[in-house]
Amino acid sequence: MVIEIEKPSSVRLSKVAISKTHGEDSPYFAGWKAYDENPYDEVHNQSGVIQMGLAENQVSFDLLEKYLEEHHEASSWGKGAPGFRENALFQDYHGLKSFRQAMANFMEQIRGGKVKFDPDRIVLTAGATAANELLTFILADPGDALLVPTPYYPGFDRDLRWRTGVKIVPIHCNSSNNFQITPQALEAAYQSAESMDLKVRGILITNPSNPLGSTIQSSILNDILDFVVHKNIHLVSDEIYSGSTFSPSEFVSIAEILRNRNYKDAERVHIVYSLSKDLGLPGFRVGTIYSYNDDVVTTARRMSSFTLISSQTQHLLACMLSNHEFTQNYIKTNRERLNKRYDMIIQGLKKAGIECLKGNAGLFCWMNLSPLLNEPTRQGELELWNIILNQVKLNISPGSSCHCSEPGWFRVCFANMSEQTLRVALQRIHKFMEQRKVCSVNR
Amino acid sequence: MRLIVPLQSVVQGRGGLIFGSLIPCALFYFLQLYLKRHRSPKPQSNPPSPTTSSPKLAEMTRTSSRSNLFSRSIGQVRISSRAISIAKPNESPYYIGLDKASEDPYDRLSNPDGVIQLGLSENRLCFDLIEKWMSENLGHSITGRDNGELNINGIATYQPFDGTMELKLAMAGFMSHIMGGAVTFEPSQMVLTAGATPAIETLCFCLADQGNAFLVPTPYYPGFDRDVKFRTGVELIPVHCRSTDNFALSITALDQAFNQTRKHGTKIRGILLSNPANPVGNLLSREMLYAILDFAREKNIHVISDEIFAGSMYGNEEFVSMAEVLDSEGFDKNRVHIVYGLSKDLSLPGFRVGVIYSFNENVLAAARKLTRFSSVSAPTQRLLVSMLSDARFIEEYIKTNKRRLQNMHALFVAGLKGLNIRCADSSAGLYCWADMSKLISSYSEKGELELWDKLLNVGKINVTPGSACHCIEPGWFRCCFTTLAEEDIPVVLERIRKAVENTTDLLNSS
Repeated sequence: MVIEIEKPSSVRLSKVAISKTHGEDSPYFAGWKAYDENPYDEVHNQSGVIQMGLAENQVSFDLLEKYLEEHHEASSWGKGAPGFRENALFQDYHGLKSFRQAMANFMEQIRGGKVKFDPDRIVLTAGATAANELLTFILADPGDALLVPTPYYPGFDRDLRWRTGVKIVPIHCNSSNNFQITPQALEAAYQSAESMDLKVRGILITNPSNPLGSTIQSSILNDILDFVVHKNIHLVSDEIYSGSTFSPSEFVSIAEILRNRNYKDAERVHIVYSLSKDLGLPGFRVGTIYSYNDDVVTTARRMSSFTLISSQTQHLLACMLSNHEFTQNYIKTNRERLNKRYDMIIQGLKKAGIECLKGNAGLFCWMNLSPLLNEPTRQGELELWNIILNQVKLNISPGSSCHCSEPGWFRVCFANMSEQTLRVALQRIHKFMEQRKVCSVNR
Repeated sequence: MRLIVPLQSVVQGRGGLIFGSLIPCALFYFLQLYLKRHRSPKPQSNPPSPTTSSPKLAEMTRTSSRSNLFSRSIGQVRISSRAISIAKPNESPYYIGLDKASEDPYDRLSNPDGVIQLGLSENRLCFDLIEKWMSENLGHSITGRDNGELNINGIATYQPFDGTMELKLAMAGFMSHIMGGAVTFEPSQMVLTAGATPAIETLCFCLADQGNAFLVPTPYYPGFDRDVKFRTGVELIPVHCRSTDNFALSITALDQAFNQTRKHGTKIRGILLSNPANPVGNLLSREMLYAILDFAREKNIHVISDEIFAGSMYGNEEFVSMAEVLDSEGFDKNRVHIVYGLSKDLSLPGFRVGVIYSFNENVLAAARKLTRFSSVSAPTQRLLVSMLSDARFIEEYIKTNKRRLQNMHALFVAGLKGLNIRCADSSAGLYCWADMSKLISSYSEKGELELWDKLLNVGKINVTPGSACHCIEPGWFRCCFTTLAEEDIPVVLERIRKAVENTTDLLNSS
């Protein structure tokens, strides 16, 4: 028997533990560190870094607070806490029926009642992050691949790949057609995976898109569905921003496409949802998987043991989301406020001479700074990003961290701050653009 | 085992290669058979079932059948091989019994013929205290008040995934308190997770690669098979303990299991302990803790100590945490990781609060990042900070809980004794480990499962059979008594009596 003679503290860690797949060394996260070290504050630190890299929705907190103020039973199980016992002991991975029912209703409302959701097909997870990872574990084996359209949410590199051992193969989209997914791009990605000897197990789309801030058209959704049927693979539709569309009529859910086809081929489709964006409650850790595939539902449910939602939280949200008056008003008001914010930032950027992709959803806009690049490369983009972070003191997300194939695009969040702070950010951008004009004139 | 595959392809008829590859393959195959025979546990009267035999054996059987599954997909579109095994109907009596009991739950008044649940280690003895605290302290909303104004911002927004510092501080204090104040816990070495279940899984992901293994003393908590193996691909190697020494762990057994496993090419990355033990309920002595640490250092492996029942003591023995031993001696702390949770000691399994406590900065760094997949919900964190900081309440709770636990344990064990069923010596936990081997028709796993089935379907009580816990001796059952009221005990005993009355006259002998 070999006795390994090593330093005492060199006990080995796993590959997962030492891998860099968590991606926290990328610029996406480096900007956050800069913000953490010098955060902007309206009163105490007006020269600090303004966080525009975090897609959080703070525009509708007052609506939530009002509800909780008026409905104590949501947070206290009623007077004398009679329902508390069952709730505190409840750790069933099926989740509270009342909560699943409320989530199904809420998802239906967001889609204008055009589709119905069955509460028994809802699997609860502690956040959409866990939902996406869980689905990946279920749909793909280590070494298999998922196709994901670019640009995509940087967190996917971690959530879909880190512990699962699954690979991401990008479906390249570009600005020539507003970054829409085309059948050619789908096929090219599939071939690319095959040439690397990777088995493609599914496609993951985000609709509305992060970072583009736009919804996917129904003709494209149909193309994608045809493609996955043809290749006999899965389709995961992350619809986490579905309630954050500026106008109710513009979002088409994959559920509607399926309904139009009488749910033929539905067993390969899975929808991910969460309350982190639409309801602005990322701290609550509430995510769901909605699957039309019975085996996926069963398996996901069992796997959800690793990521259950606190029964206290389920109870609170079941109360809140079953209140039709509250949800109607919330959805409508939230949309209006996000729309207003979007208009504000687009106008502000336009005045500064910056164009954005036409958006209709989400908590951010997709800004085109390619004319400002020293060189049309990733390096050029990162240089510009650095200047914006350290001189203009704005943390925005560079397109390269979203795997965008064209350099110079940036994602800018607008809903995680007050209107006043957004005005300050726009002023800084304006000033920055003015200075550059002066510089280029003097060159 | 991948190496078996070439033989399969030869046998399936790649004709031309036969002579060149048959002889070495045949030799190799017979070597595997030889090794397989020598790998199985000590001889029993019946051959071991897949749950108690070496995991390699079970894996080999699964590998050959899995190749057929690949060509046949479920529905039309394929799901992963991981998912296929998880999707299968659950065959373990542990889960079947839990399901049955929850479908037809006993209630003294409204459903007196329902199934009495003795298979879920939940503590309901002090619920009234928690309910009282809730109704007195939940007057203000969980969202908290900021200058009299309701402010949801504090809990709605993204929190640190590994838990707020306030809750870590409160948990550190609570853990220290329930372990008798003998050790202090540092909040900065804590990672909070949505229950102890993901705490165990996260640690496995950090400490071992797919195909590696942990040594685990038997009998063990059936949930470990899920927590450790489901998604990580890490194996569990049982280290059998026996009733002759009250299921105490021995270093010799650890060593033997370690060596055997190593010989077959599997790397052991650590030991997974439960202390207090589940299902037996005994404690690891200070000396044993030293010995385990020595062993771990010699083999350069990790130690995970699941101490979730540390606050559920009813005996007179002293509980010694792994953390306490590390504090006092010069052991290498980098290999030790402790798991805890509020599901047992504070009876709040629904709230999902678990702890990874580690001395290894690299493990903490990785675990912290992994908690994004299983964080504690913010309103729950807020509620618990409030509760755990109420020193007077916690003091009263711990005292009362211990007293009621002692009482229930004594009554239940005495009741079983009256049926000539003796229990293993134990000092903690929410259950007792009962020896019903005299009541089974054949001294085998089959006999044990027949009794389990009779107890469940005739007696209408759900207990956990030892085979589900990988116990090497048939006839032992885990019975949780903390979901009962005192009045329920005679009912349980009567049902046991009725269920076994035709099988044996042993109930009458002494």
